[in-house]
Amino acid sequence: MATKVLEVRALKAQYGPTKVLHGMDFGVEDGGITTILGANGAGKTTTLRAVCGMVRTQGEITFAGTRIDGRVTESIVRLGVAHVPDGRGTFVNLSVEENLRLGAHTRRDKTEIAADFERMYGYFPRLKERRRQQAGTLSGGEQQMLAVSRALMLRPRLLLLDEPSFGLAPRIVQELFEIFRVINQTDRVSMLLVEQNAAMALRLADHAYLLETGRVLISGSADELGRDESIRRSYLGY
Amino acid sequence: MTNNKDVIRRNALSRGQLIGLAALLAVACVLPFVVSNYRVFQLTLTLVYAIALLGLNMLTGYNGQISLGHGAFYAIGAYVAAILMDKFGVPYWLTIPAAGAVCLAAGFLFGLPALRLEGLYLALATFALGVAMPQILKYKGFEHWTGGVMGIVIVKPEPPEWSGLSQDRWLYFVVLVCLVAMFVIGWNLLRGRIGRAMVAIRDQPIAAQAMGVNTAMVKSLTFGVSAMYTGIAGALGAIVIQFVAPDSFNVFLSITLIVGVVVGGLASISGAIYGALFIQFIPNVADEISKAAPWAIYGVFLLLFMYLMPTGVAGFIRIVGGRLRQRRMR
Amino acid sequence: MDVLLHQILSGLATGGIYASVALALVMIYQATHLVNFAQGELAMFATYIAWSLIQAGVPYWAAFFLTVAIAFALGVVIERVIVQPVEDKPILAVVIVFIALLVILNSLAGWIFTYTIKPFPSPFPTAPLFGNRYVSSHELGSIGITLVVLALIFVFFRFTPLGLAMRAAAQNPVSSRLVGIRVGWMLALGWGLAAAIGAVAGIMVAPTVFLEPNMMSGILLYAFAAALLGGIDSPGGAVLGGFIVGVLENVVGSIIGTELKLTVALVLIVGVLVIRPSGLFGKVHVTRV
Repeated sequence: MATKVLEVRALKAQYGPTKVLHGMDFGVEDGGITTILGANGAGKTTTLRAVCGMVRTQGEITFAGTRIDGRVTESIVRLGVAHVPDGRGTFVNLSVEENLRLGAHTRRDKTEIAADFERMYGYFPRLKERRRQQAGTLSGGEQQMLAVSRALMLRPRLLLLDEPSFGLAPRIVQELFEIFRVINQTDRVSMLLVEQNAAMALRLADHAYLLETGRVLISGSADELGRDESIRRSYLGY
Repeated sequence: MTNNKDVIRRNALSRGQLIGLAALLAVACVLPFVVSNYRVFQLTLTLVYAIALLGLNMLTGYNGQISLGHGAFYAIGAYVAAILMDKFGVPYWLTIPAAGAVCLAAGFLFGLPALRLEGLYLALATFALGVAMPQILKYKGFEHWTGGVMGIVIVKPEPPEWSGLSQDRWLYFVVLVCLVAMFVIGWNLLRGRIGRAMVAIRDQPIAAQAMGVNTAMVKSLTFGVSAMYTGIAGALGAIVIQFVAPDSFNVFLSITLIVGVVVGGLASISGAIYGALFIQFIPNVADEISKAAPWAIYGVFLLLFMYLMPTGVAGFIRIVGGRLRQRRMR
Repeated sequence: MDVLLHQILSGLATGGIYASVALALVMIYQATHLVNFAQGELAMFATYIAWSLIQAGVPYWAAFFLTVAIAFALGVVIERVIVQPVEDKPILAVVIVFIALLVILNSLAGWIFTYTIKPFPSPFPTAPLFGNRYVSSHELGSIGITLVVLALIFVFFRFTPLGLAMRAAAQNPVSSRLVGIRVGWMLALGWGLAAAIGAVAGIMVAPTVFLEPNMMSGILLYAFAAALLGGIDSPGGAVLGGFIVGVLENVVGSIIGTELKLTVALVLIVGVLVIRPSGLFGKVHVTRV
């Protein structure tokens, strides 16, 4: 049994008085890719935010053996969890290069950081072209690449991705997901992927959870879910 | 979910509230006869401040326009009253509506350019107004009217024969009558259509405009009415203190007024009274605690209030009342 | 012509002071979207600390740097202890907290140091440089020190990792947390720097206006005007605005007399806000419906 880099038990979350998650159990295998699918409003974004300490939660969240529920976001990040939020969260008034440098804020190893810069520019050549440009002037696709690169500059052990395909042309989505696969296999970065584009997500992931109104409805290997016609048609829209 | 009963209850006073108000009024009428003359003087000033605070609360609490310079309108009202009485022999009770009219116009005029300013920017503009006012009042060109740095001394009005009251007590009741009148007018204004428009503009200005509220007119009018209230308070204050001078209307007065509104409770009529009590009596308390640095103690009081009751006394009472009501319903 | 040149250079000297305080205001505004009304009193209090050190026999420049360090620490402590508990409370409550700070500092200064006006030494020679008749050595030195401080701040924010983190925290606290920045401490640092800059401004202006608890109130108003003129979210603009306001104050003051100087500031502030609220270099804010 492979170890889990992220284990979540009985997770409840709320925004003020509004309860959004009603007791979820899920996990991510070390080195694996897990995807969380579901309709709008099911609570997918809230799940990622809960892992990062951005909402009030109840329940247990364990990352690499350490309990992280109740901790503040910045200390969770420092343990090695990188989050690419919905809306991308780029620093729009700073340059591309400054955005990437901020990704490595918590690191001290200068030569490795420089090497990582080159690697990101290798994955996304367009970022290198625009490295002195203000991040806010980049196109949607480029900002997504920047957001992912910034998260990777942390050299995270776990990467949380919130709808990375949102608003992107299909060709770019394919490129992006290909890079995810490469990163997962060469750098052993585990991933928790929240996606609307169920087809692409299931092709990339090992394991999948289907979320409905704050609860896990179905859980299984990505292959199984992808092959099950009834699930696909009822819940995943294809 | 608010149902119809709650809406009706909010717009009219319940029997309990009416009885409470009547009792309060009764106490207010008896008070000047059981305390010393100096206390009557202090209480009269408290009532004056309450009128000023209601005016500022309309603008800042209900309409969301932050003014850190309302002392300027208080000063204008005070000087109008003083100049009319000193230079033109106008009887004191006529100067009050006069001051109100002048300040209504002044507030409306200031409100027009202020339309384009939001939040912080308006706060800064009004702050500048408050800081500059003493200098404007001291300007040599106006000295003939304003008395320059020395200011104007006012003769204390004599109570009429039939009242049988002392000067201080007579003034107390004059102010009390004005206060009741202004509060009733204000209460009607705020719970009517204009009041709702004011609050709508504060909370969702764009939606309000989209729904047909003439935002510009309401905002300028609110500024005018708010200035009018504070100007009337200024006139009354001048009559009570019998003296106006530029340096008594500096930026600290404006700061005192906004402190009173926030401590008393934003968007609350009763807040005006709590706030007035705070700004009139807490400095004395602070003085008792430390003769050497009374304002430092005052500042500490302010900090404590903001940490413990950020929504003011009225807001705190509302929260406690709500919790008590919840517990009773279980 | 002579007189005009003198007015302009003199205006640049005071302008430098306004620029420094305006910069401190903008720094805190950028990080918190709040205007620190107590900025002037912080600077005044720091200047009194410098005065006490000098009175106790500490050499001028040692007192200068020690005061700047103490002011920095004071700023950090004030943010962590007094401002942080109310940062998520309604905005007017925070304004009152700043006002309370203003009042406390002013009163404490009066109590500890009395309200008597005190002279404050200048580190620069009394004889004008090169015997020129336009600007005193102190004014020139003041401009110099101001420019050095501003340059250091610029370098810090643009070229150091900590400066970058502070800029990020001010612009986007949520994303900053996602890269591991401790946003709360960045805020405290911002306050510390603002207090330090204010201290330098106070020490530079005290020889001219003399040391007393209310010495910074007029200056604070001009600093507001400067920050607004330059653009409340533009540090460079605030600095430029400071110099412009300084020169304007002097030139206009020599025409219409000094009694209405504060009124000039008022007119300037209202004028800027009505004509172009975002100032010369600030960003125009578009509200999304």
